[in-house]
Amino acid sequence: MSLPHLADPAGRYRTMRLIRSFEELALEWVRSGLVVGGTHPYSGQEAVAVGVCAALDPADQLTSTHRGHGHVLAKGADPGRLLAELLGRVGGLNGGRGGSMHAADFSLGILGANGIVGAGAPIAVGAAWAAQRRGEPTVVASFFGDGALNQGVLLESLNLASIWRAPVVFVCENNGYATTLPAASAVGGSACGRAAAFGIPAETVDGMDVEAVRAAAGRAVERARSGGGPSFLECLTYRFEAHHTMERRFRLSYRAAEEVASWRERDPLATDLPEAAAIDLEVAELLAAAAGFALASAEPDPATATDHLYASGLRPRSGAAL
Amino acid sequence: MTLLSYAKAMNRALADALEADPAVCVFGEDVGAGLAGLTPGLQQRFGAGRVVDVPLSEQAFTSAGIGAALNGMRPVIELQIPSLLFLVFEQLANQAHKFSLMTGGQARVPLTVVVPGSGSRSGWAGQHSDHPYGLFAHVGIKTLAPATPTDAYGLLSSAIRDDDPVVLFAPAGALGVREDVTAPLVPVPIGAARVHRAGSDVTVVAVGHLVHQALAVAEELAGEASVEVLDPRTLYPLDRAALVESLGRTGRLVVVDDSNRFAGFAAEVLAVAAEECRLLAPPRRVTRPDGAVLPFALALDRALQPDAEQLRDAIRAVLK
Ligand SMILES: Cc1ncc(C[n+]2csc(CCOP(=O)(O)OP(=O)(O)O)c2C)c(N)n1
Ligand SMILES: [Mg+2]
Repeated sequence: MSLPHLADPAGRYRTMRLIRSFEELALEWVRSGLVVGGTHPYSGQEAVAVGVCAALDPADQLTSTHRGHGHVLAKGADPGRLLAELLGRVGGLNGGRGGSMHAADFSLGILGANGIVGAGAPIAVGAAWAAQRRGEPTVVASFFGDGALNQGVLLESLNLASIWRAPVVFVCENNGYATTLPAASAVGGSACGRAAAFGIPAETVDGMDVEAVRAAAGRAVERARSGGGPSFLECLTYRFEAHHTMERRFRLSYRAAEEVASWRERDPLATDLPEAAAIDLEVAELLAAAAGFALASAEPDPATATDHLYASGLRPRSGAAL
Repeated sequence: MTLLSYAKAMNRALADALEADPAVCVFGEDVGAGLAGLTPGLQQRFGAGRVVDVPLSEQAFTSAGIGAALNGMRPVIELQIPSLLFLVFEQLANQAHKFSLMTGGQARVPLTVVVPGSGSRSGWAGQHSDHPYGLFAHVGIKTLAPATPTDAYGLLSSAIRDDDPVVLFAPAGALGVREDVTAPLVPVPIGAARVHRAGSDVTVVAVGHLVHQALAVAEELAGEASVEVLDPRTLYPLDRAALVESLGRTGRLVVVDDSNRFAGFAAEVLAVAAEECRLLAPPRRVTRPDGAVLPFALALDRALQPDAEQLRDAIRAVLK
């Protein structure tokens, strides 16, 4: 059974709109100082998260990245609790402990966004291996950027997944840049070529087209679930905003204005769905309620700062003088 | 009056080193754009062949720096965030640090690793907020933590000229510090501490950005006690002579160190004091908790870092 909220085109559009509007609100909250530390906006890449998650079952899992809001929302996380996490409130997905780069919801199979590029892929492989061993039908989707293609650990993960025939779908969101570094000058060979070298079926898809992503992800998920091992998808996409909200402090010119404009013309949210306007309204209301929830959520008590440090309950010694 | 910022001072040290020695080069992510504040303008000035934008392959480009160092270069590696040091721990601890001894003195690895913005950056959460200088000091890699713009200039200059690997932590909490610089900027020797404020009742050893907090607290307590503020500047090798000399006069010790408590840098300072000095009161330290992971929420992040109140309490405790 696929994720109910992504079962039809309207649901997929609704979730993409939710992600876009969420990111717009987050940007506003960063600018007004409500969100400390900033965010990595996902705007422009919505079709990737939604297309991939549309091919997943509720019990399937994912690992995400520093640019993780889209993945987390697409898998079904509550936008109010994600906003509360961005604010560092107790009602946040991680109780305010993780923030934008670390949102997780294990009840939904979201094994966490991650602050270290490439770090999610081997975690996905191990999670998939365990599920397979335990006889569970779980498939794990692992999202990462083009920058991660150059992390040794990512290549090691492809190999492990291949020899273990782990039910993983590797999803490379190639948005053309790792911060200011163009993928064209950083990636020797090609993304799919790397996967193919490890014997993993790989395909490149239009990451601005949610249905194309869903179809390709569907094939990959089907292969994983039926014991066919890992697959690799390279989704060609673009981030519409800065790498990180902090970027506006710098005068950077690594992307030509015409390039940004030409990708914006291919906005994944462009649609001729007749119900789009009604959905937009619905999402606006949903997000307003989510914002209300987040803003009303309590600030954590400083006395709880080391809570959860150890799952076993070990309490660390304080840093203050005796 | 020209106010020199910490980031600008490091940028100038690097520019002067690139200018002075064609063997100096820089590897790092987004160094052309100068995103981390260390390299603005340098790629334009010295070319993309010397200030090299590298892919996100920290382990490879750090060890490539070692290889280049073995062949006569003096590479400076910029790591955007402190946790990347964990990724390259093998490269630094097990490769760079061991070449000289294990080749019977045939090889030297003049490699400098700089982290512009170590420790908490407020709102970057646990994976971006560590201060793992103790790990490198423990391994025996020359480890620096300048507190001021002139020391940042001076220590980075010395690090690049040094024939051994050096890791320099530029604490996020110090990057905004500005200083009225009147004298010419010069190298600062590795292994030399600095007394920022002389005092006779208690020695406060403060690391990195906490030097400024210690100076503020010392000033505040001036009516109560005469507080000496000692900045080791180099964490390894530690200037033990300066520490022993200071404690010989004050007999009381507080260490304030923004890193984890257990087996941390402050513990080493306390151990040296216990072994080599006669203290008048049990020493105290103010640190992060054992095994600290800084939570995202600002109030929680702050709660785990040494603060002025804890330092005041510690000073008063040793004065009792
Ligand atoms: C291992 C590692 N290196 C560097 C960084 C700093 N950093 C964070 S995001 C980023 C760029 C990532 O690019 P990409 O993987 O293409 O993802 P995108 O930001 O484009 O979504 C960098 C260099 C990091 N967090 N982890
Ligand atoms: Mg990218």
